[in-house]
Amino acid sequence: MRIGVVTFPGSLDDGDAARAVRIAGADAVRLWHGDSDLQGVDAVVLPGGFSYGDYLRTGAIARFAPAMESIADAARGGMPVLGICNGFQILCEAHLLPGALTRNQHLHFRNRDQYLRVETANTSWTSRFLVGQEVLIPVKNGEGCFVADQRTLDELEAEGRVVARYIRGNPNGSQRDIAAITNEAGNVVGIMPHPEHAVEALTGPSLDGLGFFTSVLRALAGASAGGQQAGGQS
Amino acid sequence: MARVVVDVMLKPEILDPQGQAVANALPRLGVTDVSSVRIGRRIEIEFEGEPDLDRAREIADKLLANPVIEDFDIHVVEVA
Repeated sequence: MRIGVVTFPGSLDDGDAARAVRIAGADAVRLWHGDSDLQGVDAVVLPGGFSYGDYLRTGAIARFAPAMESIADAARGGMPVLGICNGFQILCEAHLLPGALTRNQHLHFRNRDQYLRVETANTSWTSRFLVGQEVLIPVKNGEGCFVADQRTLDELEAEGRVVARYIRGNPNGSQRDIAAITNEAGNVVGIMPHPEHAVEALTGPSLDGLGFFTSVLRALAGASAGGQQAGGQS
Repeated sequence: MARVVVDVMLKPEILDPQGQAVANALPRLGVTDVSSVRIGRRIEIEFEGEPDLDRAREIADKLLANPVIEDFDIHVVEVA
């Protein structure tokens, strides 16, 4: 399996994301923001960082990168896409996910190991988790406060599209403690904490992050074997 | 010459922690009669020819503002 990791000007965690992909057992393919050619990858990770300096709004300019236009088309066609932190912000700006990420309510950059509860395994990126499983993954953001109107929040809840919630403390004021969400098809997931930083005992607080990357391999294997859609349907 | 000004504000229902922080600092200036502060962004656009409001509106809607959380307002100002 070939999983692309996009580098934007200002991306920080592309190296770690590619490393996590390799540790999970896939080939990491480095993609460049200015190139619309996705090189035939099976899935894409949009890494954390500060794409285009986060000028204007986080993710607002990255959304218009040539690579993003190809990724948006592929995502609508069912290709798994995981947006981590800045990648989540880009997915919201690109309208591939609802809502927006705004300034942390307390205005501080928050950097700590964070417990999450996985709320659904019905996505391309979480099938290896159990519903209700608690995982420990680093969070590091200044603009990680997830907001959406009440109707959108209710829809996300009703359709089982809240992927993970912060537990034992909400680090940024996100509505309903939302840490990760998915689109209707379950192939696009945005997560504010950083699973790619929790894949090795030497550098991470746990190995819990690896499950996101092994999940997509299973989704892709299932898609190629059975011909069904990669995203798990609820 | 004319310039198009785009004012972008967070929607009223979206919490503005920056504005709150400023409001909370005002008593230190001796100002105690302010009930709310909201912070937005002003963007000035100059076209090569006549200002094109439709074009400016498209720019504002697609890039300058995020309609999920922000409203915008457009007007033209004459500059010397």
